[in-house]
This record gives sequence, structure tokens and C-alpha cells, in this order.
Amino acid sequence: MDMGARTPTRRQLLSAIAAVGGTAALYQAMTTLGHAAETQFAGPPNLSGAKPGASVIVLGAGLAGMLAAHELTKAGYKVKILEYQDRAGGRNWSLRGGDTYTELGGATQKVGFAPGNYMNPGPWRIPHHHRTLLHYCKSFGVALEPFIQFNHNTYVHSSQAFGGKPVRFNAAAADFEGNIAELLAKSVNQKALDEAVTLEDRERLLEALRGWGMLDKDYKYVSSLRTSGHRGFERPPGGGVNGAPIASPLYDFHDVLDPQVWTSMAFFMGHEMQTTMFQPVGGMDMIGKAFAKQVQQLITYNAKVTKIAQDDKGVAVTYQDTATGQTATAAADWCVCTIPLGVLGQIDTQVTDAMMAAIKAVPYSGQVKIGLEMRRRFWEEDDYIYGGHSFTDQEIALISYPNNNLFGDGPAVLLGAFAREMGAYRLAGMTPQQRIEAALQQGSVIHPANYRKEFVTGASVAWSRVPWTLGCCARWNEDTRKTHYQTLVAMDRRIVLAGEHASYVGCWMEGALLSSIDAITRLHKRALEA
Amino acid sequence: MTPANILRATLAAGLLVAFALPSAVAPAAAQAVQGGDTGGGVVRVAKPVTGAQVYQSVCQACHMQDGKGGSGAGTIPALASNPRLAGAAYPIMVVSKGKGAMPSFTDLLSDAQMANVITYVRTNFGNSYAKPVSEAEVARIAHPPAAARD
Repeated sequence: MDMGARTPTRRQLLSAIAAVGGTAALYQAMTTLGHAAETQFAGPPNLSGAKPGASVIVLGAGLAGMLAAHELTKAGYKVKILEYQDRAGGRNWSLRGGDTYTELGGATQKVGFAPGNYMNPGPWRIPHHHRTLLHYCKSFGVALEPFIQFNHNTYVHSSQAFGGKPVRFNAAAADFEGNIAELLAKSVNQKALDEAVTLEDRERLLEALRGWGMLDKDYKYVSSLRTSGHRGFERPPGGGVNGAPIASPLYDFHDVLDPQVWTSMAFFMGHEMQTTMFQPVGGMDMIGKAFAKQVQQLITYNAKVTKIAQDDKGVAVTYQDTATGQTATAAADWCVCTIPLGVLGQIDTQVTDAMMAAIKAVPYSGQVKIGLEMRRRFWEEDDYIYGGHSFTDQEIALISYPNNNLFGDGPAVLLGAFAREMGAYRLAGMTPQQRIEAALQQGSVIHPANYRKEFVTGASVAWSRVPWTLGCCARWNEDTRKTHYQTLVAMDRRIVLAGEHASYVGCWMEGALLSSIDAITRLHKRALEA
Repeated sequence: MTPANILRATLAAGLLVAFALPSAVAPAAAQAVQGGDTGGGVVRVAKPVTGAQVYQSVCQACHMQDGKGGSGAGTIPALASNPRLAGAAYPIMVVSKGKGAMPSFTDLLSDAQMANVITYVRTNFGNSYAKPVSEAEVARIAHPPAAARD
């Protein structure tokens, strides 16, 4: 979408929206148009001067835990990390050929992707304003490349519009904006907005609508070379004898109003979804691996925490070695606990009743991702789609195209599902084989000619069945925030929680890191005062 | 075969086109995006109606096809042979209010859907608490103010 015309007409546009749509529409528009603050990151914490011999035990070797360990070690603390898995990184994770993954319930997948190919079951894209993560990627030497978030040439698919056939995003979006512009221009010209908009601004608004909405001299949105310049041509401009372009016909307005169209457009307006976005070269877990390199010697793997006790002098964490079954206890002066709340709530933890109530008050989402390896990049070669997402109202929710190795030969992995809510529950409840079948069936609606034909192998992660999190992300709401958030992030004697669940940037690595920095800064202050 | 077994067999055969009985499937509900990093657009999924359908479409994601749950760093409790299902109030409370990592389902499921699936779980997986759970019973716990009018 071309948003270039928005800035100079913002106030006028808002007034017009309020006049037409009422205050609810105005509020929504203002939220969308409002100025977004970039970040709360003010640089690394630069802690120093820990009391000699002071120690911290960190629970969880995800990004929050490893950052805490790294910064606290620099500050002079003796740090130890306990990690349930046999790898560091937590939800920062990539699956490659040869990897094995066993979900809750026992289903095991051996990933069969070709060398160099991967899927990112957890985080997969990094907003440009997630400054904390970007800072540490740079300082830890993680190479980043563009993540192609917004691609005009992908598909939008609704089972209830356009005859159930996928349409190109640029065409659907152009028709949506063109029709809205025409209707708003009609309101202005029929004097419906005379009270709300000054004469001067009515003229400016009309000019904007004509330019932005590709309207003709009569303020109509019609099939023309001009509108085709946004939505795509029947025959594109070329050279020589048949060089003249032919305009494309417009979609039916009823179809264009299908919510799949405007929600696909509005998706990219969300601050966290705005371009530019990034991904690590070689897989998301390059970040986890880089963090782990900083703290590798501090991590005890295969450690299942069974009890977290504390008194006025320190913390004692009991854990079981999942490989040998042996139990041990680790003691420290302080504890940074990054265990996801659904798991932590089941551990015998010595915290106040209010803290335990907070831990147990936050449910988790259960997204499902499915990676599908295809023999060739038919989306590039046949559909001219290079990165980006095709949205569908089926359970899979989208197909996302790889951002790496563009124009490459040989097999490539696309994201065949990023399901949420009811779609995710449905897919998660299936066996891994059934999920692949569902993803192929639904994806074939978008790419009927090639999807099954070019399919080689697939892998899926249903987050509700991930053994070490029991879910994907903490899901706060206004009530739980009000009742429990401050308790959850406050130090409970010698224990402080950190992770995406202890932030307002939930479900993002940035939230985990910001939470960790805040937690250890307060812990350090408390430790110096103690 | 029981209806549940038929549904399982259908799934096992890879016939994943919504549900076997179109007449039992109500119009799909569109769902918009929640917060966090999720896909865009709207998703319309076939609305499960019977207890078996709701179980298979929702509960099974965590509690597994056999109702036995699973255990890793934490545990997803088994519903199979679970004496805590003897009274209807407890499962109604858990499904409508959520518990720990498990969310409340009042936004996703109607009272009738919750009643159907709780009845289903209480009469399957080695549980035999025959008395069906009614929509009104669910409503009394899930929406207390509405219950006052009943």
C-alpha cells in the first residue's frame, strides 16, 4: 500500500473518518495512524561492582536467562544456569535435516530437510525497532539479512469471496482503497462532510482521494491503465508491437469488502509488523547459539527443576538430571527464573501466595507452524513471489515464502502454516503426518498446480505440545495485567522472574530481553543494598 | 464403531476435510488476530458441534487423542480415568475459566459446545459419569450474572 499521501492529510482524514464512521472509527484510525514510540531500550545495563562471592542461579537457558547470566557475570556475580533441554536457546530454535523432535504425547519427527534448509518453529522475524535484540545480535556477531515482510505480489485467499480463488494482494488492496476513496469522495461531493471539513480541506481531501485512490476525473474508481498501475494489468506494458498495456478488470466490491482483504492490509500497519524486518542468516537459532557462546560454561543441561526454595540468606534449587535421574540441589544468593509460567506454576516454588496466583493466572497460546520442503521454488519461478506471506482463512492461516537463497536451485522450505486459536487447536490435535496432509490440502488452494507435486518432506511444531513450555506465549489481558502483572515482575525476596511473560512485548524475543535487563538491574540494586 | 472411533478412523485415513457430517457443522466463525507475533488475516474454521468434534478440534491439542495428556518440564493432566471429573462443576470451571497455562474457552466455545464436550469427556476415556452436562449448568458457572436471571 502506498501510504505516502497519508502524512499531509492526516488531520483532515481523521476528521472525515470521524464524520463518516463516528468516534469508534476515529479511535481505531488514530490508533493505526498514531505516532509509535520506538523502544524502551536505553543500551546494555552496564552493571558492575557485585559484592565479592555473590552468586546468582538462572533458571532457563533461553534468551532472557542467557542475557541475565552474561550481564551478571560481567557485573562480577558467580552465575550458574539450569536448563531442562539438552540445548540452549529456548524458543529461539531452528529445525534442520537430521534433527529429531519429540512432542508431548510421544510423536517423534525426524526432520528430512536438505542440507542448508531449516524452519524456525518459534520466532522468525525481527522488527527494526526491537533495539535490544538488534544490539546484542551486533555485539555477539550474528549476521542479519532482510526478512521480506511485505510483498504486494502474494495472494489473499478467502473461502467466501472471489469464488474461493486466491487473488493477488496488490489487486485486492487497490480495489479496497479505490472503492473507499470513491465513496468518501462521493460523500464530500454530496456535501455530507460540509460541517466536518472546511471548504479548503474538502478540496485537499478530494485531491488526496483522487491521487491515493486512483480515481478518474469524475472521482470514480474504474478499470483503467491508471488503476491497473496499482492493481496489476491484464497485459503489462512491454516493448515493440504489442507493447501497449491492457487494463485489468476490477473485482466485485462485495468481494473486496471480505474481511480477509482489509485485515491482510491492516496487518502490516501494526507497529511490530512494519518493515524493515530481519532474520539471522542461516536460521533463527543463530541468535541462541551466539548467546550460548557467551555463557556456555555456565549451563547445566538436562536439568529439570523440581523445587525452588528460598529464605533470607539465599535460594536453593532442586533439580533432576533427566538423563540419569539423579537429583541435586544448587544454592545461590539470588535467582533469576525464566521458566515459562505454565511450567513454573507446577513447580514447588517458595514465593508469596500473590506471586503464585500471578504465575497461575496467565494462560498460553498454542500456535502451530509447519515447514514444507518443496523440490523447487515454484512460487518464485511460476508465481513471481519472492518472500512475504499469502494469507488464507483456512486453518493454516498463511503460506510464508523463504527470504534466503532467492533464485536458488534445488529444494527450499516454505512455512506452510502459522496457525492460531481454533486453527491451531485443530492442527495441534493431529498427528505430525496428518498436519502435513492438512497443510498440503489447504496450501493447494493457493498453489493448485505445484503444491503437492513439488512436496518433498515436512515438519511441524504444535506449541501446545512442546514439552519444555506447554505453550507458545503468555497471553495477558487487561484484567490479569491489572491484578497480577506488577506482582509477577516484582522481586519476591531473592527471586525475580524474567522472560517474554514478564513484559509488555509478549511473544517477542525483545520482550524477553527487556524483561531480563529490568529484572537483573533491580536484582543488582537489591543485592548491593542487602 | 462408536462415533468417536469413526472420527478417529476418518482422521487416520487422512480425510481431513472439516468433519464427516456437513449437517453437523455450523457456519464457520471468523477470527481476527490477537496480540504477539501471529499470522495476519482472518481464519474461518468449521465449528465443531458434538462433544467428540469439540474434543477432537480443541482439547486434543493438549490432552491428546487418548485423553492421557503428557509430561515434560511440566504436565498436561490426563482426562482419562480422572476422578476429578465425577462432579460436573470442576470441569465446567476449568474449561470456562482456564487453569494455569490452559486458557478460558468462553470466547471460543459456546455454552452448548462446552456442555457437549464435558459430557463427552465424562463418558469416554474410561470415565463413566453418565449424567449429561446441560448448557444451563455451564452457563451458571461460566456467566454468573446471566445465571441470576434463569
